[in-house]
Amino acid sequence: MSDGRSDPLRISFTLNGEPTTVEVSPSERLLDLLRYRLGLTGTKEGCAEGECGACTVYLDGLPVDSCLVPAYQVRGRLVETIESLDPKGMAHYHARGTTQCGACTPGVVMTAEWIVRHPDRLETHTVRELMAGNLCRCTGYDGIIEGVEGALGDREAG
Amino acid sequence: MLRREGLSKLTGQERYVDDLPLEDFLWGATVRSPAPRGRISNIVFGDGVDWSEFVIVDHTDIPGRNAVYLMEYDQPALAPGYVRHVHEPVLLLAHPSREVARRALREVQVIVDVDPPALDFRSLPSPDLIQYGEDNVLKRLSIQKGDVERALAESPIVVEGVYETGAQEHVYLETQGMLAYLDDDVLVIKGSMQCPYYVVKALKPALNRSEEEIRVIQTPTGGGFGGKEEFPSMVALHAGLLALKSRVPVKLIYDRTEDMVATTKRHPSQIRHRTGVDENGHLIAQEIEVVMDGGAYVTLTPVVLSRAIIHAAGLYHCDNVRILGRAMFTNSVPYGAFRGFGNPQAHFAVERHMDVIADRLRMDPVELRRINMIRDGQTTATGQVIGDGVDRLQIVDRALALSNYERRRREHWLRNSEHRYLRRGIGMSAFYHGAGFTGSGEVMLDSRLHVEGHPDGKVQVLCASTEMGQGQITIFIQLAADRLGYDPAEISIAEPDTHRVPDSGPTVGSRTAMVVGRLVERACDDLCRQAGAARGAPVKDAIIAWHSAHPGERLLGKARYEPPPGIEWDEENYLGDAYGAFGWAAHVAEVEVDLRTYGVRVLDFVSVQDVGTVLNETLARGQVQGGVAQGISWALLEECVWKDGAMQNGQLTNYIIPTSGDLPPIRVEFVEFPYEHGAQGAKGVGELPLVGAAPAVLNAVAAATGRQPTEIPLTPERLMALLGNGDR
Ligand code: FES
Ligand code: FES
Repeated sequence: MSDGRSDPLRISFTLNGEPTTVEVSPSERLLDLLRYRLGLTGTKEGCAEGECGACTVYLDGLPVDSCLVPAYQVRGRLVETIESLDPKGMAHYHARGTTQCGACTPGVVMTAEWIVRHPDRLETHTVRELMAGNLCRCTGYDGIIEGVEGALGDREAG
Repeated sequence: MLRREGLSKLTGQERYVDDLPLEDFLWGATVRSPAPRGRISNIVFGDGVDWSEFVIVDHTDIPGRNAVYLMEYDQPALAPGYVRHVHEPVLLLAHPSREVARRALREVQVIVDVDPPALDFRSLPSPDLIQYGEDNVLKRLSIQKGDVERALAESPIVVEGVYETGAQEHVYLETQGMLAYLDDDVLVIKGSMQCPYYVVKALKPALNRSEEEIRVIQTPTGGGFGGKEEFPSMVALHAGLLALKSRVPVKLIYDRTEDMVATTKRHPSQIRHRTGVDENGHLIAQEIEVVMDGGAYVTLTPVVLSRAIIHAAGLYHCDNVRILGRAMFTNSVPYGAFRGFGNPQAHFAVERHMDVIADRLRMDPVELRRINMIRDGQTTATGQVIGDGVDRLQIVDRALALSNYERRRREHWLRNSEHRYLRRGIGMSAFYHGAGFTGSGEVMLDSRLHVEGHPDGKVQVLCASTEMGQGQITIFIQLAADRLGYDPAEISIAEPDTHRVPDSGPTVGSRTAMVVGRLVERACDDLCRQAGAARGAPVKDAIIAWHSAHPGERLLGKARYEPPPGIEWDEENYLGDAYGAFGWAAHVAEVEVDLRTYGVRVLDFVSVQDVGTVLNETLARGQVQGGVAQGISWALLEECVWKDGAMQNGQLTNYIIPTSGDLPPIRVEFVEFPYEHGAQGAKGVGELPLVGAAPAVLNAVAAATGRQPTEIPLTPERLMALLGNGDR
């Protein structure tokens, strides 16, 4: 049995705007690096196989499931987590019942905010379709979709 | 009021158990049985692992009684040599590296001399399968009203049906997890749970410790739905045993697959109806048999069965009713609490059966419900006189109006005759759910709650009720603020910590807002009394003044449960007032069936609910939408695939819960009939919406296809079998 302690790799990347250098093992997931070694526990694990989206972060600006990304692959790239978002942007989600238990929520908000920043996607897809990569067991999704629509409304108005 | 912890959750700041900062600790892991039944003949530790790095716990390390106690002592914490279900815990391991601990699990081989397992709950077992009592029956219960025998014999029409429901996994997004450590001599348990005092109750006999030596703290909990009612006691006990042996903190967090295959699920059921009706559709007799799969240990099964039989006749009046219930022991993972607690199974059967009866009588299913729906002054199956003034027909009518029921029916009729392969249908269900514990349950719980006034005038509610997403924190703050005339910002809820808060009962059974919320109000009143607040004068000033007069003392308002007057329940004969209050509701579902793929899409869903006073519209609506979503997916998507007692699809890739794309918008309206003994008139809201979702969906499928499905989940495979080939 291998002990999972093969030679570490030293990588540098940009994390929430800060240059970051860490040693990672070849089998380490980005999710675990963030959560257990860099203290960014906002990113959650729901399934560990790319189904639930609770672990969503932005990699070079695109939402990805961090449970599927080997940590060494972020070398030289931009990683953004839920901790990088402005709390002031949460008002609509707060008011419309986007979160209940909160376990899916950071992932949901990452996807939601990505939609808000890329409203052109709504020319071909509905919010309901675009949110389909994030599982939520509490809300039945209406509270999530209404939250996104509220945030989109602000953007149009502002 | 907005959800108190909403921003913390939205910004990722909320700290769940696996998020807590921790140094120098071990990761726990659980070695489980590979077989459904048999004697453990050997446990082999593989060579490739340095076992000296591990802390290993088996049943001999349990200082007290080897049981996870709640109702019975039958379920071992760690198998003592004999296993009764696949994935039953056998050994515990702990190691500083999570990777190493998880990998080591594969290097331990539990060898079992397999005995024949009992896996089918529907039939009575052959002698070699008997492992509980004389016949594997975990619990038998019955309800009698009138003379069913005679009434059935005299009925001009008797309609029979058999309805089956499958197991359902909770899939709370945060898996089970506990942290255990020693603080001097006190064993501290922190983790994801609904009921901190249930954990204390289980740990006391197993660890031979007093309440003072066990401290249980609930961490923010990422969903429960009943799945964190009794099961966390097991995880806490395991983490505690590892921490006691290793003397360092131990974190035991299940991964998704372990959580899915090894934890409790909704009880599978088979329910048989024989109903006598006259030509006009009046119910003359209801004979109902409820059979449930209880799994390998008792857990909460007797109470789940109880709730199922009490609700099994539906919200109709009938003079002659006999309901027989039995829950069977089988060698499968124990079934346990899940939102609705037996009532979704009961209502799936009775509300599907009402449509089957209507079909037989060539009658409108709505009309059949209308003429039989219970009215004030009439009695339920247990003989409880309904007299709450709720206009149940108004609830049904609102649901029909909002969904355009009549117009849609006509449109579907036209459309279905023209379309080559798409069939639309609309169906409804009417249903109810008793809020709070059954019968004398609330009296036994003897719930207590405190409200403390602090020297700066701020107020804190101390209770063991827990927030798991349903909104308990927000609702209690709102209730206290209203009662005391306070700014909600000056009120907080104490962390549920069994060394600090009184036992206000478990957070289950739609009881929190209604029953415990009422205690919040009464404790607030007591606080005013203790502080000597004059009527109409600001309470805050009185609290501050009291503290200046009593430096260093605590100012506590207290409340203890008192049953509403006039409630009488005969537990022996299942007669009388089963619940203090019922929530009433109607759902309408519109579906489209694709005859090429046998897929069913829900196009529209309307839910009209009477949950008493709605305390917080956004939270209540969220409860309804989430409950409906779980009911729709129980009806159509969620299937546990079993092989020799083991769940084969313990992953979110092959056990399907709905995405946003799989669900329609769920349209909710409340009709408010306040309950005078609930907080501000509230009744329970958590479970009711799930109860009637599955039959509404299947009734719509029946309307679309002209066939009568009787089994859920109605997967494409089952629908194909039902429709056969000649239905295009
Ligand atoms: S944990 Fe990454 S998708 Fe579920
Ligand atoms: S809020 Fe609980 S899973 Fe989404």
